[in-house]
Amino acid sequence: MSIVTVQLGQCGNQVGQELFSVLISDSLEAQRQCRGEPGRAYRDCSLERFFREHNEASYARAVLVDMEPKVITHAVATAAKSSTWKYEDGSYFCQKQGSGNNWANGFCVHGPRHEEAVSDLIRRQVERCDRLAGILTMMSVAGGTGSGMGTYITQCLRDSYPHSFILNQLTWPYGTGEVIVQNYNSVLTLSHLYQWSDAILVHENDTVHKICAKLMNIKHISFCDVNKIIAHQLGSMLQPADTVGTLGHYTRNPVGELLKNLVCHSEYKLLSLSTIPQMSSSSLAYSSFTWPGLLKHLRQMLVANARMEEGIDWQVRVPLNGQPALERMAEKTKQGFNKSLANVLILRGKDVSGADPEAFLHPGLYSSWLPAGTAFSTWRSPVPFNGYEKSATLVSNSQSLLKPLDNIVGKAWNMFASKAYVHQYTKFGISEEDFLDSFTALEQVISSYRHL
Amino acid sequence: MTQSIIVQVGQCGNQVGCRFWDLALREHAHINTKGVYDEALSSFFRNVDTRRSDGENDITSGKIRSLRARAVLIDMEEGVVNEILQGPLRDVFDSTQLVTDVSGSGNNWAVGHKVYGPACRDHVVEKVRRAAEHCDSLQCFFLIHSMGGGTGSGLGTHVLSLLEDEFPEVCRIVTSVYPSAEDDVITSPYNSVLAMRELTEHADCVLPVENQSLVDIINKIQQMAHSGKPSQVIRKESTLISGRGGVGGTEKPFDAMNNIIANLLLNLTSSARFEGSLNMDLNEIAMNLVPFPRLHYLVSSLTPLYTLADVNIPVRRLDQMFTDAFSKDHQLIQADPKHSLYLACALVVRGNVQVSDLRRNIERLKPSLSFVSWNQEGWKTSLCSVPPVGHSHSLLALANNTCVKPTFTELRDRFMKLYRKKAHLHHYLHVGGMEHACFSEAVTSLSSLIEEYDQLESTKSLLWSDAPRLQVAT
Repeated sequence: MSIVTVQLGQCGNQVGQELFSVLISDSLEAQRQCRGEPGRAYRDCSLERFFREHNEASYARAVLVDMEPKVITHAVATAAKSSTWKYEDGSYFCQKQGSGNNWANGFCVHGPRHEEAVSDLIRRQVERCDRLAGILTMMSVAGGTGSGMGTYITQCLRDSYPHSFILNQLTWPYGTGEVIVQNYNSVLTLSHLYQWSDAILVHENDTVHKICAKLMNIKHISFCDVNKIIAHQLGSMLQPADTVGTLGHYTRNPVGELLKNLVCHSEYKLLSLSTIPQMSSSSLAYSSFTWPGLLKHLRQMLVANARMEEGIDWQVRVPLNGQPALERMAEKTKQGFNKSLANVLILRGKDVSGADPEAFLHPGLYSSWLPAGTAFSTWRSPVPFNGYEKSATLVSNSQSLLKPLDNIVGKAWNMFASKAYVHQYTKFGISEEDFLDSFTALEQVISSYRHL
Repeated sequence: MTQSIIVQVGQCGNQVGCRFWDLALREHAHINTKGVYDEALSSFFRNVDTRRSDGENDITSGKIRSLRARAVLIDMEEGVVNEILQGPLRDVFDSTQLVTDVSGSGNNWAVGHKVYGPACRDHVVEKVRRAAEHCDSLQCFFLIHSMGGGTGSGLGTHVLSLLEDEFPEVCRIVTSVYPSAEDDVITSPYNSVLAMRELTEHADCVLPVENQSLVDIINKIQQMAHSGKPSQVIRKESTLISGRGGVGGTEKPFDAMNNIIANLLLNLTSSARFEGSLNMDLNEIAMNLVPFPRLHYLVSSLTPLYTLADVNIPVRRLDQMFTDAFSKDHQLIQADPKHSLYLACALVVRGNVQVSDLRRNIERLKPSLSFVSWNQEGWKTSLCSVPPVGHSHSLLALANNTCVKPTFTELRDRFMKLYRKKAHLHHYLHVGGMEHACFSEAVTSLSSLIEEYDQLESTKSLLWSDAPRLQVAT
């Protein structure tokens, strides 16, 4: 089955281009490393998922959308230069002028104006799939085009493909950002997407930036470095893996499986990703890992809500069952315990069948109303991913995004209380009531996660 | 790539504009060494090469023969415009871009606004429309004018509202030159206050520039040039960015001052013209820096100063450049942003500067600046990889800061001094369409603007807490 990707805005297009590079280089490497059937099956499955083979060339099943041409031109050129894959001619849509960091401009003006053209491009990609597994959209929440137009396009996709899975990958801006109105744009994006998206997968620039600095040892971090990390994490989630326990039989629909396992309740749609190990290729050559070691770290990252294996707080423990509920809650907040609704663990690489994820089945990790056996699932693939002999990725629907979300809503609310910048939005048709509705919706989400 | 049109009105507007076109041409000539028409050039110039492409000779690959500035020149006297047309820049303008008259506005806002405004309207609309038709994607109008005179201030603000009517979707950024206290035009307070009301109501952003600040900066540059020991670090091309060594030959009295304003515009548009790792589109300026529609006056500062003149001032550390941008003596109006309240701040950096340099300096400077409670992280940044000619880096800081207030209150005081005695009023009132109400409304508008800044500034010393959040049922 195939996934159609929609890259929106500067950030979405940059991340998308990195993602396809990772996917194809990993698939080709898999075939080289795992000779014979396993490697070929992995490669074929991945290529069918993300690329269309035509005249011996691989074309990404992607649609590129931006309101200014610079980034798309660059992405298309970079892909063409790689000689392993390319974007399809005419699979991109751009205009001359950006949305000026204004969500309302993207959502109310550019979205409706270009809906038809963009929908046509997406339909064409969908029709080229034998079977559609779902649609993945990639965008940032801070700017105007990715966030505003991306939200509008997601709404259109929901109308046109009511029974398809839609997964939104969002990049959250740095806390102190490049855009002053980023918190408004984020609030409007998230509250609207919550209605139409099946799941929202979030990467925070701040945490990814830390991974670049601490784990990858990059001195002068550029946006390109940040995007590479995001692409790596996404790739480790989306590449073929076996979901039922018979190695070598890859799941046909990773998006569907993911949503089935992680989003069991429409009030909880925020997903986060952690990958272990992550390090620069020079240190990777001198490191070796064991599955128990990796999983022990990854579990503690989940419990203590850490995005990387460095600086985990090992003091945080899973609260014991049997204590009175109230007491348990107080203790939990005190200790910074991160409660999950559901988790998917994806293991890739050598001796993967020997890895034991038992520790993730602890009932204390999960909400009381979902048994751990239902809330947790493990996917495996014997093929090493992207140069790592062993790697583990945890896709988690948990409280981990509660704090950053609360921060964004809080800052935006402070600004809204003095009505600052609101006129820039009303100018394009987003009223104060629309803002209030968005705030209400997100406060509801925050409250739900807080009381998980 | 988007395009912008410069509308220069009145004597001052045209003189500043002239410096801008001179510097812009030289900047592009320096960067675009092949002399081929490219996207960066297209933002302010159009290619009017009329050679026919006959299959073999592709027009896009040929050398530039002739360029036209995307400009409309408006003046009610012929002097300055004629000088431009006879000067070295004559080739970038043609007669379809000019709107002139012979008699001038006599330093009277009412004549410019109420007489020439309606009289020239169709004419101006036609010229602007023609310039707009040559644009592929018109993004911004830059209006350059002075506040003190008659034509720039009166007709200039009329043109501003005309642009709003005819091109509501195109952003309007106004560069306004404010008169100094010892201005030789006695009615300049009237003209400025009457013009202020129009700016407050019809502009997206206003970049106020005070003559006195320009004079101070020029003096400072000269002082530094004479006291500092000569350094070889300033390369020869740095003359390209200053007045001397240009096509203009001998330097005219206001050229040094006008160069500063021209540099302001060059830096402001650098990110829209050249590439960089963090682009800032022109329509992002108002979006990020203007929290309330009327409070769109942005105090600007340019650093380092040596990028403004071809003098031998030793190059200083990169961090010093950021520090200077917030100091009192580098502002283009008489203001002290450090001791006032920031509503928002943009840093437009050119040259070899990394995101990490930017973040480090913001972190370093933040504690010494006060930001309004709801915009504690009110920074907008852009990085353009092409530095000003002959230099390694430069910084333009745009601050929406309550420190513009003293400029406005001083202006109002000077206005009231005349207005209380009704001095010179009859010159205005005999102009058709001009009534007493125009004066009282203009000063009310200015007062309420000052009041709005006052109210915000009064929150500076208050302890603030987060707004109580919405409660939802659990």
